[in-house]
Amino acid sequence: MVADYFETMGFGPNGWGWVMLRASGMTIFLSVTGFFVGNIFGALAAIAKLANNKVLNVVANTYLNIVRGVPELVLIYIVFYESSSLVTTIAQTFGYPEPIFLPVFPVAVTALGVISGAYLAEVFRAAFLTIHKGELEAARSVGMAPGLMFRRIIIPQVLRYAVPGIGNVWQFILKESSLISVIGVVEIMRQTKMGAGSTHKPFTFFITAAILFIVIAFFTGVGFRKLEQWSTRGMKRE
Amino acid sequence: MDLLTALIDPLRDLPVIGVFIKLLRGLPMTLMLVVPSVFIGAVIASLLAFMRFSRNPLICGFARCYISIFRSVPLLVLLFIVYYGPGQFREFLTNLGIYWIFRSDYLCALVAFIINTSAYGAEIIRGAVLSINPGQIEAGRACGMSRWLLLRRIIIPIAFRHALPAYSNEFILMVKATALVSIVTLMDMTFIAIEMRYRTPAQNSTVLYCLAAIYFTINYVVAWLFKKVEYRVSAHLREPVTNVLSPDTQPTL
Repeated sequence: MVADYFETMGFGPNGWGWVMLRASGMTIFLSVTGFFVGNIFGALAAIAKLANNKVLNVVANTYLNIVRGVPELVLIYIVFYESSSLVTTIAQTFGYPEPIFLPVFPVAVTALGVISGAYLAEVFRAAFLTIHKGELEAARSVGMAPGLMFRRIIIPQVLRYAVPGIGNVWQFILKESSLISVIGVVEIMRQTKMGAGSTHKPFTFFITAAILFIVIAFFTGVGFRKLEQWSTRGMKRE
Repeated sequence: MDLLTALIDPLRDLPVIGVFIKLLRGLPMTLMLVVPSVFIGAVIASLLAFMRFSRNPLICGFARCYISIFRSVPLLVLLFIVYYGPGQFREFLTNLGIYWIFRSDYLCALVAFIINTSAYGAEIIRGAVLSINPGQIEAGRACGMSRWLLLRRIIIPIAFRHALPAYSNEFILMVKATALVSIVTLMDMTFIAIEMRYRTPAQNSTVLYCLAAIYFTINYVVAWLFKKVEYRVSAHLREPVTNVLSPDTQPTL
């Protein structure tokens, strides 16, 4: 059974090894880009939620509550189906007659970005709230402009406190990226389904998918732990 | 104005109330998946959490492996392993007499969900137990409580209260996770919605918005119920209500 497994999953002429590795690369690339976009969404949402402006607060809260209360799969379907029709409608108002179909990859990245952004916003907000008020006052009293204060005082500390939370969201989004298979990006899950279908060895393939996810999660987890140690190196040890 | 009419347009094609009624036919399936899996999952999770505290390296190691493995496997992958995987060992499992479990779509999904939620729940429960003030456990011991009495009277009630907020999150995550069973063709709300979307001629996405609204409402209700329970079990931590103006607190002669 083990020999059979390695023959199916190996790198030989009939092996699926390279194909699975390429799919893993796609999963990592997809998650990293989605996560990167999510950081931008998350930072904007966190700023909007912390702002002294009722409208911005309501917008940010609506975004966060909707994303956290609606299944990710449903969000992915909505982003997938609506993005094309929205772009088509906008194009039609400017006089472009043909329907437009967006390529799948950017849609997938947007979906992952929207989802991870909501969770990251909470992480950033919590990290911002741990900054001591006196530090902000001190920065203001030496005459720092808001932009300078943001860059020199807020960003370094927020990132330091946010590292563990960001790591959690990364693990979460890595696993969510498997849902992207439903809209047709060939990442681990999609590739595994195809492999299982054409070889009639579903167990072999799905177990491999699980192992690949565990391996990626493990190594990135180690990376985040290192990053956490590095970012808190100047702080008092408990 | 074209853009505006196009945005309102989907609402004109389908009577929204009818869409809700059709979608809600999938609600029993969603609830039948969430409620048993969270409760059975919580029982297994408590077992795992206590195994994790064991001094026996074998027991502790098993729980540690179980938790870290199933926390890093996506639920979708787990669902596919349980759902399609056994087909590869059909004869072996039939001889063993347990193939019938994997014949039922519903049981497959339930097994996958229980495995997933028990791994996450175990960490929540472990965290809750670790956050108990050690003084309280010492006090219990000092009164001469046996291990079981200590567990029953001190550890479980306090850990239950500490675990509630995180478990409310876990419950909501499970409600959201049930949407995945539509991929393995179980007839839940998401499955019905996708079918309906393909059958409507214009393929508009009103159905998906209605679906999102239903899930949102369920999660809102779940969060509200957990808040209620939390309020109930933390009565002794609240400030006493002293309403001097109410007639029954007035001293009477």
